[in-house]
Amino acid sequence: MIKAIVDFFGNPEHKKTRNMMGYIALVVVFASDFFVHRAHAIYIWDKIPGWGAFYGFVSCVLIIIVSKFLGHHGIMKEEDYYDD
Amino acid sequence: MIDWFHPSILFIFGACLIPFLRGRVQQVYLLLIPALAIAAVFFMSQGSFWTYSFLGNPLIFGKVDKLSVVFAWVFTIMSFIGMVYALHVKDSGQHVAAFLYVGGSLGVTFAGDYFTLFIFWELMAFASAYLIFARREKKAIESAYRYILVHIFGGVCLLGGIILHYANTKSLAFGPLPQDGSLSFYLILTGFILNAGVPPLHAWLTDSYPEATITGSVFMCSFTTKTAVYVLVRAFPGTELLVYMGTVMALYGVVYAVLENDCRRLLAYHIVSQVGYMVAGVGIGTDLSLNGSVSHAFAHILYKSLLFMGAGAVIQMTGKRKLTELGGLYKTMPITLVLYMIGGFAISAFPLFSGFVTKSMVVSGAAHDHRPLIALLLTMASAGTFLHTGLKLPYYMFFAKDSGIRAKEPPTNMLVAMGLAAFMCIAIGVLPEQLYRLLPFPVHFEPYTGDHVTSALGILMFTGLGFFMLLKKLDPEPTVSVDTDWVYRKGSRIFMWFANKPLAGGDGYISNIYNTWFTKYTLKISYFLARVFDVRIIDGLVNGVAAFFIKSAKVIRVSESGLVRNYAFTMLLGTVLIITYYLFAY
Repeated sequence: MIKAIVDFFGNPEHKKTRNMMGYIALVVVFASDFFVHRAHAIYIWDKIPGWGAFYGFVSCVLIIIVSKFLGHHGIMKEEDYYDD
Repeated sequence: MIDWFHPSILFIFGACLIPFLRGRVQQVYLLLIPALAIAAVFFMSQGSFWTYSFLGNPLIFGKVDKLSVVFAWVFTIMSFIGMVYALHVKDSGQHVAAFLYVGGSLGVTFAGDYFTLFIFWELMAFASAYLIFARREKKAIESAYRYILVHIFGGVCLLGGIILHYANTKSLAFGPLPQDGSLSFYLILTGFILNAGVPPLHAWLTDSYPEATITGSVFMCSFTTKTAVYVLVRAFPGTELLVYMGTVMALYGVVYAVLENDCRRLLAYHIVSQVGYMVAGVGIGTDLSLNGSVSHAFAHILYKSLLFMGAGAVIQMTGKRKLTELGGLYKTMPITLVLYMIGGFAISAFPLFSGFVTKSMVVSGAAHDHRPLIALLLTMASAGTFLHTGLKLPYYMFFAKDSGIRAKEPPTNMLVAMGLAAFMCIAIGVLPEQLYRLLPFPVHFEPYTGDHVTSALGILMFTGLGFFMLLKKLDPEPTVSVDTDWVYRKGSRIFMWFANKPLAGGDGYISNIYNTWFTKYTLKISYFLARVFDVRIIDGLVNGVAAFFIKSAKVIRVSESGLVRNYAFTMLLGTVLIITYYLFAY
């Protein structure tokens, strides 16, 4: 069974099905945030439905772009940088 | 009936027997000792045990309260899992080092005074260094030397702080330090945060963990940083500085993880990131956030070791460690992949996995303590965690382009160890109450509320969307990242150049001047003294005295005729002269 599940995620044949499932999951997760009770909200953004989705996406993009920018402007060096 | 038994005794003295055992017997023994240690923790009662007087100060080996017990639980459980993973290793030295290392951690956990703590602290540093040396490759050995030097520096800071603390307070008791900003406060803090891997003192971690042996790195990722979290919770709760350090740490690790190509180094940067949550939780210092730090350390040890075991299994079976050289392993290593992914979901804080019920406690702690920015930044870091550990690393290791490597699944014992850790990750996520009951402070926390679950899933799923949209940008690059270890890896070369050129050159110049001006004249003066003063005056004086006596003797010898009448005449003459002198003088 494990092999079948793993194969589903790896095999290029199932790419279409995978993408479809991914989009459905995104919609379901985003929509469900509109139907939950917000008793524990402390800050204003906790009260906005879909905040998690928005913040997660922005964080991800920001992390990738900022890190790669810093990496290509000094942090990343050739692999033999420390070799004598 | 003994009322308390120190589990370190089992490990430290138990380690001595390992080299004498072989094969199956050794394997049973390696599992028996951690199992006995778990039993010792299970039957443990709270209080102070094994107190000895040393130079008028009490040494407390067994300070047992809820805080030390919860760490003892996870350390002993982890030692068992780590030993299962390492069962196939024939190098007894590694097992001995691992045992001493675990014994050191448990010794720190139960230490009731700073002196005992320091002894076990150093034992940990030296025992763990062997796990890096044991890979016996040039890079590993170099890294191990750096590791040990950095830890000696940290140990010296800690010891200096302890001595100053003792001089000020006349007490060695290990407990919350007064927030007085004294030198001893900062020295002890430096010693502790160095082991916790707080930037800029973290580079030893990301430098050495990927260089350690495959089984050794599983132990290393579990004990050093989490022991440091334990001592921070004990000594520095509510230290404001730690809030900012922890938050910076959480994001720092994430940024470097984007750039990293070595799979275990990527995971090591996520240790820095995850320990950031714990350090921030200690800094916030409320009951909720301290519980968060402790529970997150507990969960972290299990999922991070699982991730290291997964990456280690891949390295062991493929012989490759760079993401640029791996890919397509899902076909032949599906079980490793699934077990790794459980660790990935746990660290990313997916609902029903351990990270969800512990990390959220720290973030809630920040929010309840009116620190919105800290809460937001920590949440951002958790998006980065999923991005790398849950998506990037497994994607490039197991999927992506097919590297053509057809590696088999690792040995059964490695899979069993990963299975045990995976089981714990899910068990904690599904039944958090069991873990919460062990926590040191009585706080009610309910992780599974509707809005918490949906917003967490929103963050994670849309991080996933961002990942696949920017996939091209994330392709790993065959580079190394410059970190603060530059200071002693490259910076030391500047120091050596400075020592060689200006310093050694200047030294030669001064030597020349010295030779020309001082040595020459000193020699001339000593020549003068030797030739003139010594020969003419000192020797001359001695020779002169001798010559005088020889000459006198020649004169006197004339009068020595040997005739009694001459002598009698001389004596008579002398007597007459003396009497005449006295007669005329008075």
